[in-house]
Amino acid sequence: MALLEIKNLTVEFSTAHGPFRAVDNIDLTVDAGELVAIVGESGSGKSVSMLALMGLLPWTAKVTADRMALDGKELTDMPQNQRRRVAGKDMAMIFQEPMTSLNPCFTIGFQMNEIMARHLSLTRHERDKRAVELLSMVGIPSPESRLRAFPHQLSGGMSQRVMIAMMISCNPRLLIADEPTTALDVTIQAQILELLASLQQDTGMALVLITHDMGVVAEVAQRVVVQYAGQQVEAREVIDLFDTPKHPYTQALLAALPERAKTQQLPSIPGVVPGQLDRPDGCLFNPRCQYTVEACKRIPPGIQNGVRCHTPLDAKGNPTDPNGLRQDMKVSS
Amino acid sequence: MFQYFLNKLSTTIPTFLGITLIAFAFIRVLPGDPIMLLGGERGVTPERYQELATQFGFDRPIYIQYKDFLLNILSGDFGQSFVTKQPVIDEFLARFPATVELSFAAMFLAILLGLPAGIVAAVKRGSWFDHTLMGLSLTGYSMPVFWLGLLLIILFSSILGWTPVSGRISLMYYFDIHTGFMTIDALISGQKGAFRSALSHLILPAITLGTIPMAVIARQTRSAMLEVLSEDYVRTARAKGLSTFRIIGLHAFRNALITVITVIGLQVGVLLAGAILTETIFAWPGIGKWMLDSIFRRDYQVVQGGLILISSIVIVVNLTIDLLYGLINPRIRQTRG
Ligand SMILES: Nc1ncnc2c1ncn2[C@@H]1O[C@H](COP(=O)(O)OP(=O)(O)OP(=O)(O)O)[C@@H](O)[C@H]1O
Ligand code: SF4
Ligand SMILES: [Mg+2]
Repeated sequence: MALLEIKNLTVEFSTAHGPFRAVDNIDLTVDAGELVAIVGESGSGKSVSMLALMGLLPWTAKVTADRMALDGKELTDMPQNQRRRVAGKDMAMIFQEPMTSLNPCFTIGFQMNEIMARHLSLTRHERDKRAVELLSMVGIPSPESRLRAFPHQLSGGMSQRVMIAMMISCNPRLLIADEPTTALDVTIQAQILELLASLQQDTGMALVLITHDMGVVAEVAQRVVVQYAGQQVEAREVIDLFDTPKHPYTQALLAALPERAKTQQLPSIPGVVPGQLDRPDGCLFNPRCQYTVEACKRIPPGIQNGVRCHTPLDAKGNPTDPNGLRQDMKVSS
Repeated sequence: MFQYFLNKLSTTIPTFLGITLIAFAFIRVLPGDPIMLLGGERGVTPERYQELATQFGFDRPIYIQYKDFLLNILSGDFGQSFVTKQPVIDEFLARFPATVELSFAAMFLAILLGLPAGIVAAVKRGSWFDHTLMGLSLTGYSMPVFWLGLLLIILFSSILGWTPVSGRISLMYYFDIHTGFMTIDALISGQKGAFRSALSHLILPAITLGTIPMAVIARQTRSAMLEVLSEDYVRTARAKGLSTFRIIGLHAFRNALITVITVIGLQVGVLLAGAILTETIFAWPGIGKWMLDSIFRRDYQVVQGGLILISSIVIVVNLTIDLLYGLINPRIRQTRG
């Protein structure tokens, strides 16, 4: 049985301009000890979907799911107070901005202590001891004295290490890391990723890594889910996906990788992810897709063989035509 | 932290000098001859005039006058009341505890009700509670103090007959003064009903005086909490699975307090200004009433001395608040030097 099972997760925000569907029917399964990456550009609903799982969205969000189960326990119909306790214990999450994620008014020791006090039955002394062990495990020098430090005395990289130590302190089965390195220096980024990967190896917890960097995915992940404008567009094993991307968006993301780019300037996909007010009809990617045909602008593609595209790409990277949409039709724009 | 405190302390010196300058100029810019003003209503003979001029040094150069004035203040000499012939400082000290008791009671009410109300309004933003509270606080803030005081007297004293109209305690009770706080002295005296009487005299003035600070504290707490509740560290606290009470009451509120404590400090000045009206309405024998009476009696020495004393208290209170602010904010507490 999978550790995490999500079926048809949808999140709608009520906004001044009416409801906005930030996450649209997402499925996700993660096995125990597996490392799954979720990739996609800014605004594709990566954070929102995982915040929904953790129960951390504001009250303006309406979360629905057919199934959302951790370790066989269904989360959707769990009583509120019980559900709240799952966070921090069975699944935990670290965030993009380590510097603002720690409370500036309390010491590192205090903040590490309280999560253990909530979920573990340890004495105060044992908790302090464990905090020191955890800090040295995540590579923080002189951990004893760090316990008395306040967050503003730590660098970004150090803060993220503290966040990691704190969030794994109750031995979660699943850790969600939401772009844990985006805010950090390039040299620190690699260290933090390495740390996360090795902790995942050592503890056997599952790790969901949210990122918009395909390079990171290639390095650490086993499976990858590509998200676009709240929808999943492709979900596959990492090796296969890098080898033969089937969705035009995946192909474009891979082409945008610096080491694959043919030109010197930093490549990217022209255009942006549609927001609430500029959602196109049909396939959400069609204004930016280089293979768009007429049908793409009218009919939203469903998922076939793990790919959400009317004309998925073949092994050579050319569009196929399983549904006969391409015939006799000129490729529009 | 020490460095921070020294900085704050040094900024109070110009403020204090400014106040003495204003108080010094006060008597000299009032229309009319300062000596005639100081002499009071009945006028003075030419001999007496000369005597007064020498006594107050009006015949000497102005900067010497100011220097003497300042030296006197620093040595605790605030002059003498023309009416009672008592040293201003003695009169002040005799009335000060009454004002402090009233202000404490007002502030206690304001914080006791304003803080939790602001927190709940922020947590339940947009709810009927939030809307009601914000409406009420706007009303409380804009209602003139004397108007509110009179309304309370009419309702609770005249119509319901629950509370007395004026003074600090019923004349039935007499006991020694230990602290100057009527409620505490009443308790110490052990007389039956004395504490109750003192409290019932205190409650209406305290509500009257506390309403504006309460409204301000509720509003500011609400907005500080709203800001803090959307911070990343609050999301972290929730991701840790902590109880709602701990997330709001500890993680969020502790940060909101940094702003709120400043707001509370600023209300102390408002409180002392409000005390003048409140004490007059309720015939509360504190420094507010004393100052107002002195103005009407043209006892300008008292007004001058009282002005400086009251301002100095505001300065000291604000300095204390700055210190507290430094203590609860680790970014400041942790700096050395
Ligand atoms: N509280 C909210 N209210 C309304 N809309 C929201 C809210 N939070 C997020 N959104 C919207 O949901 C969409 C998805 O946001 P999300 O943060 O999940 O993107 P993301 O994929 O994590 O992007 P990034 O790489 O920038 O983190 C965005 O369009 C965002 O504007
Ligand atoms: S459905 Fe059409 S527009 Fe969408 S990705 Fe496939 S080819 Fe491109
Ligand atoms: Mg995000």
